[in-house]
Amino acid sequence: MENLIWPIVVLPLLGFIVLGLGSKILPKTVGGVLASLFVLIPFLLLLSDAASVFEKGLIENTLFTWISTSTLNIEFAHYIDPLSLIMMLIITGIGSLIHIYSIGYMHDDPRSNIFFSYLNLFIFFMLLLIISNNYLLLFAGWEGVGLCSYLLIGFWFKVDEYNEAAKKAFVMNRIGDLGFLMGLFLMYYQFGSLNYDVVLDPANLSQVSTEVITAITLLFIVGAAGKSAQIPLYTWLPDAMAGPTPVSALIHAATMVTAGIYLTIRSHALFDLAPISMQVLTVVGLVTSIFAATIGLKQNDIKKVLAYSTVSQLGLMFFALGLGAYVAAFFHLLTHAFFKALLFLGAGSVIHGLGGEQDIRKMGAMRKVMPITFLVFLVGTLAISGIPPFSGFFSKDQILLAAYEKSPLLFALGIMASLLTVFYMFRMFFLVFYGKSRVDHDALHHAHESPLTMTLPLGALALLSVFGGLLNWPSLMGGGTWLQHNMAGVLGIEEGHEHHHSISASTEWMLMGIVVALVLAVIAFAYSIYIGKNTVPVEDEAEQGFGRMLNRKYFVDELYHALFVKPIQMLSEFFGRIVDPKILDGIINGVGQSITGAGALLKYIQQGAVGLYLFVFALGIILLLALQILF
Amino acid sequence: MEKSIFDTVPLEQFVILSLILFCIGMIGVLRRRNMIVVFMSIELMLNAVNLLAVAFSAHRGDPSGQVFVFFVMVVAAAEVALGLGILMMIYRNVKSVDINALKQLKW
Repeated sequence: MENLIWPIVVLPLLGFIVLGLGSKILPKTVGGVLASLFVLIPFLLLLSDAASVFEKGLIENTLFTWISTSTLNIEFAHYIDPLSLIMMLIITGIGSLIHIYSIGYMHDDPRSNIFFSYLNLFIFFMLLLIISNNYLLLFAGWEGVGLCSYLLIGFWFKVDEYNEAAKKAFVMNRIGDLGFLMGLFLMYYQFGSLNYDVVLDPANLSQVSTEVITAITLLFIVGAAGKSAQIPLYTWLPDAMAGPTPVSALIHAATMVTAGIYLTIRSHALFDLAPISMQVLTVVGLVTSIFAATIGLKQNDIKKVLAYSTVSQLGLMFFALGLGAYVAAFFHLLTHAFFKALLFLGAGSVIHGLGGEQDIRKMGAMRKVMPITFLVFLVGTLAISGIPPFSGFFSKDQILLAAYEKSPLLFALGIMASLLTVFYMFRMFFLVFYGKSRVDHDALHHAHESPLTMTLPLGALALLSVFGGLLNWPSLMGGGTWLQHNMAGVLGIEEGHEHHHSISASTEWMLMGIVVALVLAVIAFAYSIYIGKNTVPVEDEAEQGFGRMLNRKYFVDELYHALFVKPIQMLSEFFGRIVDPKILDGIINGVGQSITGAGALLKYIQQGAVGLYLFVFALGIILLLALQILF
Repeated sequence: MEKSIFDTVPLEQFVILSLILFCIGMIGVLRRRNMIVVFMSIELMLNAVNLLAVAFSAHRGDPSGQVFVFFVMVVAAAEVALGLGILMMIYRNVKSVDINALKQLKW
């Protein structure tokens, strides 16, 4: 594995360079295939040698020293344990599926080579983020993926609105990054190092006060909230849907937005010592989860619904992290990567088939036109809703179980979040695929099932969404909890001392039963509204009361605009209109003018009266002499 | 012991003489309006200083002061040539050697 790691990371970078430089030369068909290979090959390499990592537990190796000063030494080194390996498999695996899908999706775009080069660059930075053995290199990758996210959201830069969305994503992320960076400074100040094996070493941690660790972890939460779209920094993610749909699937559902969760799991040794931070995580996660889910109820853009769903699901993961259920959170991260990528790509397939239409009010009855897309979308919807035996059921169940252990109230709130998810997902599903067709006549005429390059990845992701639950099949059902076993080493739990929850098997069965029954009831409810009564959501302007509030996303954007954007604009206006031209320019010009003015005054002294000069000259000398004698 | 000038004329008298010469020169510079006279007065001041330098040099038995005075005289000769040249030019231009003749030369 040691020899393979660097090629795995460098290949996507190579892809970026080749495609970026050759974007004008390479034929479009070759570009996509090449880009896919640059991600697929690393995936296969990883897969071929994954077993050795699970055997050894941790493989650490230095490539070269990146930064070397007397006090700070940062090595360019990799740190491969089951956590990072599984993340890398997800990134390259789902990444290559999405690359293949993009060949079909971006077929008509003249700049598709550039698109693929950005995607490859993203994969490179994401891998860098994951393999790093220190926080600084992680931060480099963290910023890199932010850059790629910006580039890809604004890929269709001719639309002004998309540029705004890209800028918003970048700025929101920077706010989070500032928190993260400050956490790193504090960490370096305390530990004198940023390496995992130093910082996360229990012996070193015990010498640092809880307050400092709490501060570091809280700052990390700010960073994670920015990257993983949690309250209060989540507003960029729904807008990020401006990017091409494969980007939404890859970056804004499966990989980049999970970086915050990866960071938290990686730093779990810190979080374990900071109960306040854990509570913050729980609250932020839960509130985000419910908040975003309610907004999802009233969205009519197919991608916006999925975006709010992503925010909500990420919230659920943070909730689980806050409860200390790291494995459940990570498990949900994996299954979410499968089914949300599937849903996004499925939505992309619908959008592609309808020639760019994204409004679910203008869809309907798509199951006849796009049978394959319909089928995989159904799988994705069932998986996210948590219907057994689809993958989402198991991961969600484990989170809810962890919540039940803490308190029934948290359990109830968790259920509420997931029931909201079920409702809006089925609302969208029914509106898109069932009922009467509301598609424009022209668009319907051209509507078609997507090409093989798009349906093939959809099929693969559908399989993963169905069987993803096997990764951590609960022992209750005779499963091996494979993920939990392999994560034990990462989380510092000794073999045989794994956490056994205090809930009896019968309670566990009962809780599962309750959840599934509620989910089915909600599906039936959605069915009765959107198929039974054939309800179609009204126009945005016609929404009344609370519905209007949800449709307009609780006016959070407007609130932020009034609270932050406006004052900053006014401040800039103040500086631009008053401070810069009046005060700063005044000082600079004033210096020049006063010198000119002084010259203009002093010139009257120089008038060619040689007699006077001589007199003053003599007087001066006398004065100087007098001064010397007197003092 | 060799006979010294300071046996007959004490050093103080040299100092007083050069002081008087210097003051005459300075008053001439300040009071007179004829540029040529001013010029001569400056020469007077210069020579008062030269005299002082030679007197102190002889008193201290250190010849470097006297050597220095030779240089001052050479430079003064050059300066006189230059100064008189400028005077000539001014006279040709304004037909006057009044020291304030150049008052028009301003801003």
